Amino acid sequence: MSEQLIQHGLLLSLLLFGIGAAGVFLRRNLITVFMSIELMLNAVNLAFIVFSRSLGTLDAQVLVFFVMTVAAAEAAVGLAIIIAIHRGKDTLDMDAFNLMKW
Amino acid sequence: MTPETLDAVVFYFFAALALVSAVGVVAQRNPIYSAFSLIVTMCSLSAIFGLFGSPFIAALQVVVYAGAIMVLFLFVLMLLNVKTDEPHEGRGLRAVAVVLAVVLVAQVGSVLAGAGLRLAGSFDAGTRQVARVLFEPRFAYAFEATSVLILAALVGAVLLAKKDL
Amino acid sequence: MSPLVQELVIAIVKVLVLIGVLLGVFSGMTYIERRVLAFMQFRLGPNRTGPFGLLQPVADGIKLFFKEEVIPKGANAWVFVAAPAVSILAAFLAIAVVPWGGTLTLPGFLPAWLADRRIDLQLANLDVGVLYLFAVTSLGVYGIVMAGWAANNKYTLIGGLRSSAQMFSYELALGLSFVTLIMGAGSFRIGDIVASQAGGFWRWNIWPWEQGFAFLFYIVAQTAEVNRTPFDLPEAETELVAGFHTEYSSMRFALLQMAEYVNMITASAVGASLFFGGWLSPFPGVLDSGFYGLFGVMWFVLKVAGFLFFFIWLRGTVPRFRYDQLMSFGWKVLVPLATINIMLVAACTLWWNAK
Repeated sequence: MSEQLIQHGLLLSLLLFGIGAAGVFLRRNLITVFMSIELMLNAVNLAFIVFSRSLGTLDAQVLVFFVMTVAAAEAAVGLAIIIAIHRGKDTLDMDAFNLMKW
Repeated sequence: MTPETLDAVVFYFFAALALVSAVGVVAQRNPIYSAFSLIVTMCSLSAIFGLFGSPFIAALQVVVYAGAIMVLFLFVLMLLNVKTDEPHEGRGLRAVAVVLAVVLVAQVGSVLAGAGLRLAGSFDAGTRQVARVLFEPRFAYAFEATSVLILAALVGAVLLAKKDL
Repeated sequence: MSPLVQELVIAIVKVLVLIGVLLGVFSGMTYIERRVLAFMQFRLGPNRTGPFGLLQPVADGIKLFFKEEVIPKGANAWVFVAAPAVSILAAFLAIAVVPWGGTLTLPGFLPAWLADRRIDLQLANLDVGVLYLFAVTSLGVYGIVMAGWAANNKYTLIGGLRSSAQMFSYELALGLSFVTLIMGAGSFRIGDIVASQAGGFWRWNIWPWEQGFAFLFYIVAQTAEVNRTPFDLPEAETELVAGFHTEYSSMRFALLQMAEYVNMITASAVGASLFFGGWLSPFPGVLDSGFYGLFGVMWFVLKVAGFLFFFIWLRGTVPRFRYDQLMSFGWKVLVPLATINIMLVAACTLWWNAK
C-alpha cells in the first residue's frame, strides 16, 4: 500500500463516475441508463473505501454498507416500474414516454 | 518483488479491467452485454476493495451487487426480451454529452487534486470492527430504517410488477 | 528467494494440487455415481471397460472429445462459449477457503528454504471465509443464466431462469444457516469454525446440542444449490428437454457437468469442514497428528467421501420436487425456520455468555 495507490484509487473512482454520467447522458434504453446509475453508485462506493483507508476511519465502510442496501432497494423498485411501463408501451426507449409533452 | 509492487500490479490490473468494462457498459448496443460488463466491473471493484483492506465490504459487494442486483437486471432483460436496435441521437448531441461528462470529471478532479490524502498508519477493517461501528447508537436508527426500507421496496416491487392485483 | 516469492511458489503448488485433485475426483465421481446408483437399483453399473469398469471415465472422456461441437444457429456465440467457463470458475473458486488438513510439516531432506517448514493446508485463510463462500456461490448463478439464454431456445431460457431462481432462493437459506455457525465459533474464518469443533465427535456441529438444525438447513439448501436430486427439476433428463444444457454437446457439455460435480465436491468439502469437524479426528488423540500432519488430510478425505456418498444416496432414493413445490418450500418453510433458528441460537448464546 503506497500513497500513490490512494491517489490513483480516487482517480479511478472519478473516471468511473464520469463514465457512468456519460452513460446517463448518452443512452436511450431505460435499463442501460439504470445500469449507468449503478455504475456511478459503485464509483462512489470506491471513493468511500479509498477515504476509509486514507483516513483510517471505519465510518466510511458503514456508509458503503448503507449505500449498497439502498441501491438494492432502489434497483428492485426501479426494475418493477420498468416492467410495469414496458407492459403499457412495449418499448424501453426513453423518448417514447413523452405523454406530458405539449 | 516487494509487497508494494505486488499491490500495485494487482491494483492496476483490476483498475484497467474496471475501466474497460465500464466503457463496455456505456458503449455496447445490446443491453445484456452491458449487464455482463457491469458484472465484470463490480467484481473487479470488489477485488480493489479487498486490496484497500476492506474484506467485509469486498465480499458484500459480490454478494449484494454482483450476486443479487445484477441477477435481477439480467432476469428483467431476458424476460422483457429487450431488442438491441437503438436509433442514434444526433452526432452533435452525443458530442455535447461527452463534453459534459469530461467537464464533470475535470471539476471534481480539480477539487480532489488539492486534497492531499495521506495513508493511515494501522488499519483494521475486519468484520468485527465494522460491526462494532455499525451497531453504535449513531448508526442504529439508520440501520433499523434500512430494514423497513427493504420491506417497503419488497412490497412495492411485487405490487408494481404484478399483472393483476 | 525473498519470503514473498517463497509464499507465492507454495501457493501456486497448492493451487495446482487442488485443481488436480478436483479434476481427478470429478472423473472418479462419474464412475462411482453410476456404480453406486446401479447397486441401489439392484443392477450392475458399468463394468465392461477395464477391470470392474474402472476405465469408464476414460471411455466417456474419449467419446465426448470426439463428438462434434455444435453452436445453434442464431445462438449468441460469445455467451454460449463463455457460460461453461463461468460455471467452472465459480465451482473452482470456492475450494480456496476450505481447509483440507491441519498443518503439513515438510520433511527434512528438502532444500533449505523448504526443510521442516510448516505449511497451512488451506489456500487462503481469509478473514471473511464464510462470506467469501457465499459470494462465490452467488456467482455460480451466472453460468446457468448465460447458458440458458445464449442457446436461442425458449425451453433452455425457461430452464435456465428456473434453475437460477431456485439457486438464489436457496442461497438465502444457506446464508441463514451459516449465521448460526458464525455465532457459535465467533469468527468468519473456516479454520476457526473447524477449531471450535475440537475434542471428539460429540463436539461436531451436526448434533442438536451444537448446531444441528443449521445442519439440516444446510443439507437441504446445498442440495438445491448444486442442482441435485430431489431439486434437479431444471436439468433432469425427463423434464423440460434437459433444461439449460439442452443445446450443449461434446466438451462444453462435459464442462457443464464438471461444474456441477465440482460444485458437489466443494459443497461436500464445505459441509465436512463446517459440520463434521473438518480435518479433526473423531476420537481425540487417535490418529491425530504425526506422520508430517497427513492424518488430517486422511480424515478430511473420509468425511468428504461420506458426504458425496450421501448425495448419491439421495439421488437413488428420493423422488423429485415439482418446481412450484420447490420454490414454496424454499421461501415459505426454509427461510422462516432458519430465521427462527438464528433467533434461538442468538438467545442461547447470550444466555450462555451471561452465565
